[in-house]
Amino acid sequence: MATASETRMTPAKAVSFSLVGLWLFIAAFPFLWTFWGSFKVQADFFSKADWTNALWGTQTIAETGSAFTGQGYFGAWVIEAFWQNVINSGIVVVFTVIISLTFGTLGGYALARSGFRYAFWLLIAALVFRAMPHITLVSGYLLPFFEWNIWGHLPTTIIVLVAINQPFTLWMLHSFFLNIPKDMDESAMVDGCTRFQAFRHVIVPVMWPGVITTGLFSFLLAYNDFTVTAMLLSAENETMIPAINSFLGTTQVEGKVMYAVAAVVSATAPLFVLILFFQRQIVSGLTAGAVKG
Amino acid sequence: MKHRTFVWFILPSLAAMTLFIALPIVSVFIQSLFVGHEQVLVVSKSCGPFGCQESTAIDLEATEKLREEAPLGRFNGLGTYINRSHLAFAEIGVAWAETETFSEFWKVVGDLPFYRALAFTLVYTAIVTPVVILLGLAIALGVNALPKLLKGPSIFVSLLPFLVTPLVGSLILFWMVDGDGVIGATIQLIFNDPNLSLKASAALTWTMLIVYGIWHTLPFSFITFYAGLQTVPDDILEAAKVDGASKWERTLHVVVPHLMPLVSFVTLMLLMDNFRVFEPIVSFSAEAHARSLSWIIYNDLRESGNPLYGSAGATSMLTIIGVVILLAPVLIRTWRDFNRKAH
Repeated sequence: MATASETRMTPAKAVSFSLVGLWLFIAAFPFLWTFWGSFKVQADFFSKADWTNALWGTQTIAETGSAFTGQGYFGAWVIEAFWQNVINSGIVVVFTVIISLTFGTLGGYALARSGFRYAFWLLIAALVFRAMPHITLVSGYLLPFFEWNIWGHLPTTIIVLVAINQPFTLWMLHSFFLNIPKDMDESAMVDGCTRFQAFRHVIVPVMWPGVITTGLFSFLLAYNDFTVTAMLLSAENETMIPAINSFLGTTQVEGKVMYAVAAVVSATAPLFVLILFFQRQIVSGLTAGAVKG
Repeated sequence: MKHRTFVWFILPSLAAMTLFIALPIVSVFIQSLFVGHEQVLVVSKSCGPFGCQESTAIDLEATEKLREEAPLGRFNGLGTYINRSHLAFAEIGVAWAETETFSEFWKVVGDLPFYRALAFTLVYTAIVTPVVILLGLAIALGVNALPKLLKGPSIFVSLLPFLVTPLVGSLILFWMVDGDGVIGATIQLIFNDPNLSLKASAALTWTMLIVYGIWHTLPFSFITFYAGLQTVPDDILEAAKVDGASKWERTLHVVVPHLMPLVSFVTLMLLMDNFRVFEPIVSFSAEAHARSLSWIIYNDLRESGNPLYGSAGATSMLTIIGVVILLAPVLIRTWRDFNRKAH
């Protein structure tokens, strides 16, 4: 039950609510603005004269006869063949997530069940690897990859993303497996299972919540990556994010910046849906390593 | 778990990390000891009726052959580390001898590419991290006091700037603050200066990037603290209330100490992520005034036709050393905790 003192509006409360309100506005407005603007022509979205043009689409009406236009989307998806990059992104993301989780569950389980000193050192090494800026690693890949002729292909990028993803995946699944009581798999082993059978029949059925949460973050890492994909993929194998960047190089001159705006909105839409469905898991994953201290 | 079983379970993950994280670090180090080949020059003498002339030409074939035979280049030892683009010992020595005051000296050092990038990276990290922690805590307290119905939607909205692709998120902001964008045009209107651009000066560019950094990482600290607030024990709050502590005192003396372990976790994560700041510089095309360590490595590798592997390698090694220094306090503390538990 809320007491009178809890529901009363105090100055401190007013300040803190307005701070929250201000933050929510700052967080959401850029997305709403860009989404709305992506259906306008460039003269409206980048309107020097009057910013309300972007709201009502004055120039858009003048140029196309309607307040909304799909020109940007048509340009990006059809003329610039953005669909190809979307397919590439799909392949990279799906395989990265599946392989990362397979490697990560096996490794994370081993780290959680081994009491030896080397398990601790592996986790510390993983923490240092996690802190490594990705571009420092990429500068080590290029020369060998060129020499071995594996530069530019999707599988190369996938395995590199899997490796970069491992430190995080290991930490997260390790702390998740620590929460599953040891007795479960050990009693299975007493009953005659090998370690792997115990893992397969006892742990696998109960591990899905942790795996899904970790998978969401593996997805985000692969989906959001720019450094690795921009440097390791040839032009025809480019994924969405480097493609958007190379759009800018070519389109700004030709006044086709709206293609890039449309591509940006298209690339953000899946993330929006992801948050909509998995908000709880994302929040619990963000804090998984933290709350236990 | 037996050693043998452990090895089989960890093998795929360990192999991936060894091959694509540990070995590349070695490869980066080796690269940094070499520099690209110089072009092979041929001097040919052509003698005519009016005497002999010497002409120099680039022997493309021989250059290409040399590059193919030894793709690493020629050995240069630690030369790349101390040249002008990196630690620049010679230039700093000269500056130290020739400048009168400290400010002059720092100005010269600040113009050297590596130190410029280091300065931006450190300033960015040092401002974004504390600001994000304080604001995150304030917003977490605010959201925690909201009616239950509003909590879910506010978390949903807050997650957007954090989970959006960094390159895309910074583009979205860039289009708004650009000269023709909604915020940029409004600022020009307010100051009545049609040429005012946020990219015009170093200070404005740095501010713009730092504001982006705060926008992008604030949700992480906010949500972590918010989750921590859910675990504050009610009975302690009640007890403090009975003892006559005001709401502010309760926050300061009960809630904040309870969140302290979280603060060190969030600080660690933010330091790691801010130190590698890179994408916003690409999106904002801010390289004229602001370059980070990651960006100069990217730029060396992008050098069209002839990537500067040696130079990129040297900067990468220096960056890795920076990361280790940054992590040192955490590593030392974990090591101590571990030893205490072991004995």
